[in-house]
Amino acid sequence: MSTTIDSPSRTRPMQIIESATVRLAGDSGDGMQLVGNQLTNTSALAGNDVATFPDYPAEIRAPRGTRAGVSGFQVQFAAEDIFTPGDEVDALVAMNPAALVTNIGDLKRGGLLIVNSDSFDEKDLRLAELKSNPLDDPQITQNYRVIRVPMTSLTRKAVESTGLSVKLADRCKNFFAMGLIFWLYDRSLEPTLRFIREKFGSKPEIAEANELALKAGWNYGETTEIFASRFHVDPARLAPGVYKNVMGNQALAWGLMTAAARSNVDLFYGSYPITPASDILHELAKFKNFRVKTFQAEDEIAAICAAIGAAFGGAMAVTASSGPGIALKAEAMGLGVMLELPLLIIDVQRGGPSTGLPTKTEQADLLQVLYGRNGECPLPVLAARSPADCFDVVQEAWRIAVRYMTPVVVLSDGYIANGAEPWRVPRLADFDPIPIHHPTEPNDGDRFLPYLRDEKLARPWAIPGTPGLEHRIGGLEKQDGTGNVSYDPQNHEKMVHLRARKVAQIAQDIPEQAVFGPSEGDLLLVSWGGTYGACITAVQECLQQGLSVAHVHLRYLNPFPRNLGSLLGNYRRVLVAELNLGQLRMLLRAQFLVDARGYNKVQGRPFTVGELVEAIHQHVDELNGQGAFASPAKEKEKVRT
Amino acid sequence: MSEGTGKAMSTTLPVLTPNDFASDQDVRWCPGCGDYSILAQMKKVLPQLGIPREKMVFISGIGCSSRFPYYVNTYGIHGIHGRAPAIATGLKCVRPDLHVWVITGDGDALSIGGNHLLHAIRRNVDINIVLFNNRIYGLTKGQYSPTSEFGKITKSTPMGAIDNPLNPLSVAIGCEATFVARSIDVHIKHLGEILRRAAEHKGTSFVEVYQNCNVFNDRAWDYATDRQTKADTILELEHGKPMIFGKNRDKGIRLNGTQPEVVTLGNGITEDDLLFHDEKAPEPTLAYLLSRMRYPEFPEPIGVLRDIERPVYEELMDEQVEQAIRTRGRGDLDKLFMSGDTWTVK
Ligand code: SF4
Repeated sequence: MSTTIDSPSRTRPMQIIESATVRLAGDSGDGMQLVGNQLTNTSALAGNDVATFPDYPAEIRAPRGTRAGVSGFQVQFAAEDIFTPGDEVDALVAMNPAALVTNIGDLKRGGLLIVNSDSFDEKDLRLAELKSNPLDDPQITQNYRVIRVPMTSLTRKAVESTGLSVKLADRCKNFFAMGLIFWLYDRSLEPTLRFIREKFGSKPEIAEANELALKAGWNYGETTEIFASRFHVDPARLAPGVYKNVMGNQALAWGLMTAAARSNVDLFYGSYPITPASDILHELAKFKNFRVKTFQAEDEIAAICAAIGAAFGGAMAVTASSGPGIALKAEAMGLGVMLELPLLIIDVQRGGPSTGLPTKTEQADLLQVLYGRNGECPLPVLAARSPADCFDVVQEAWRIAVRYMTPVVVLSDGYIANGAEPWRVPRLADFDPIPIHHPTEPNDGDRFLPYLRDEKLARPWAIPGTPGLEHRIGGLEKQDGTGNVSYDPQNHEKMVHLRARKVAQIAQDIPEQAVFGPSEGDLLLVSWGGTYGACITAVQECLQQGLSVAHVHLRYLNPFPRNLGSLLGNYRRVLVAELNLGQLRMLLRAQFLVDARGYNKVQGRPFTVGELVEAIHQHVDELNGQGAFASPAKEKEKVRT
Repeated sequence: MSEGTGKAMSTTLPVLTPNDFASDQDVRWCPGCGDYSILAQMKKVLPQLGIPREKMVFISGIGCSSRFPYYVNTYGIHGIHGRAPAIATGLKCVRPDLHVWVITGDGDALSIGGNHLLHAIRRNVDINIVLFNNRIYGLTKGQYSPTSEFGKITKSTPMGAIDNPLNPLSVAIGCEATFVARSIDVHIKHLGEILRRAAEHKGTSFVEVYQNCNVFNDRAWDYATDRQTKADTILELEHGKPMIFGKNRDKGIRLNGTQPEVVTLGNGITEDDLLFHDEKAPEPTLAYLLSRMRYPEFPEPIGVLRDIERPVYEELMDEQVEQAIRTRGRGDLDKLFMSGDTWTVK
């Protein structure tokens, strides 16, 4: 279904399509991430909904031309609401043979394969460990529409007038590829031209060369007969408002700043560089004029300890890391629980264990943040579901942290941290204040009891500088009320229960869990975190196909929403999809005695919609084909009702 | 900082006494422990500083010494092992107005917390670090510590320690400390004076206190505290004065090439031949040389080895904030949200 209209150039027919998924793949030095970001941003500015998936190696300069060195960026832009960067790719740009062979599997049959034909010589093939040229392989030439473009030589020619060395000229070829893709998808060059002027303003000859390469790529599409038609994606029908394209880590940083503004406090961010969390530090470090103080600590432990010190002083204190760093912070997280100070601990998850897969995504830190500490050490845990959602989740986490006087963990992951999506720009005035109260008077006659609790079991946040409220807190067990060191057995038991109850009753203060889809039926797909997009899209598809399925996506992982248990009982089967071996599933089974099944993947990559749809079908078929397989828990429910 | 943190300022300071700094907690160190004397001196010094009690914070890690914050009636955090300098750094970043002490021990500061010690000192955060050096792990009942002497026999080293000990002052100087001093638990007047000077120094003050653990490492510092010998084993440093020591004040330290040597005054050797102490020397060479002088070859220096000025971390941090506000204006979130490329959906 596509209409043909006149393109402004009038040289080629324009097909109107609903969405396009493009992957740009090249050497890690080829600048594919830059091309991807520009295409995303330009598409967003054109009003499309966008979703991205950057995928790059952990090494900064992995060996050139090898498969290990391939860096990719996938973006879907659409005229409708989308939640994922797309499963299959409509067009693949491969800058070398290694990029081709490692990505071709995701290209749709009949899809466009655009290659830089200048980099398919003997040496390139050898580096990619190929015996023959894939461009001569009938499997490839027959299944895909292969477009060979000598990008290197065309770029050199295009930038000749600048007098740049061949080496520098060759570095402009990503802009050539970009120009070609922009022509193919009818994207404006303006935002990228602006970007070039801003980014390379201090190096006019580089700016000029990039601009020439970009335009040469565009003109190449326009003047050669190599493409039969162009494509156009109309603006998406998003809710009215002003939009902006945001990446997860950026949205998270802005969310922190917004939370601080809502509480009228200064933000202190203590952090140690780690992939994929470092961009939060970079982002916040830009905003000292917002009274944001960033502290690059000597290690992960110092980062959280400094945050604890800042919290004691009355600031909004935040630390962030990824799994390995969270492991190092564990003891201090326990101290935070004992001190009962508000503090945000952000875990941008990546593939583990140990150093694992630094640049790949995973959701395997859930049990770590819940239970990876000594003693009974409860912490509220929230998870962001998309890049833009990071903005909201950290503010909600801060609300809980100050209201309950507790550290709060926020889970993000590499996929949403680096992914981008349109974000409806809010106004600060749209948000309620998050009030903070620092007492100035004694709370027990003329005494001040640092662990005297309010109705939410929160203790007072008295800060140094307040006369008469001098008190000492520490990691040793506290006597109830006074906060003095106490080894009394009964007191310890009481305090363990108090801390647990304080966190558990946050469930009364968070929204009930919403369900997408029918309120009862065959199957409930449960997910959390960055898999939201793939899961909701899969459930939408299955509903369209007439299946009886629904979707629950959890933002609150500790405590769970108070209605979650009863929700789970409304479906014949509960399927928990996670990028781990079944951590949430284990929690649901333990807490609700439900025979939850798992759909799990640990490849360092997000779910595709297709695999989830297939899994849902399998379970529903099994249920309907053989009724005896219905969940025993559910059967019991039936007997009771 | 938000409203309220500055409220405590009053124009006339109440006169405080050591008793005002006693908390309601029973002190639980072993009877005879050197920690008592350090606590007593601290309580004497604090009222002399002219700082309101509520502005003072004591932060510690783990170990016998780290119980200290519970025993002073100020604000305090008894943290986790080795991390007190990091906690103190974060606190000072957001509250430069506070007067912060870090109380630590040889294990806490130099073993598990070595990294934080190093970085707090090199940043020159305005905190006062007091390291109680008893050359042993007390709270865990007697294992050797990073300052235990080579060959030390303890429960964990039945055949003697094979680790080379660290010298706390050399470590601090190596970290570019701006204030480095040493005192002794039983040398109470001297100790009080050193604590006072540490408190007054702007930037990180690092003070090593020889502290006797009478239970697990009794008499480790005998040579420095024994009335009979201490005049010959201790060199009391005084700024601008020649380095003289000995019961009869007839011995001194002279520089021979790049090495210090002990000389006896007389026979043509006068005070002018001796090393003169200079706390303010911009280069740490002299301070380092002094820190290397160990008993029995040399008398061990006590007093202030180094006291220089350098910008303070939290002030630099504040200055960057102020500078950013001056040049870019106070941040406006609504403007930030709308910055860069946006588009409108109708
Ligand atoms: S063990 Fe040693 S250092 Fe610890 S309190 Fe007892 S005497 Fe003092």
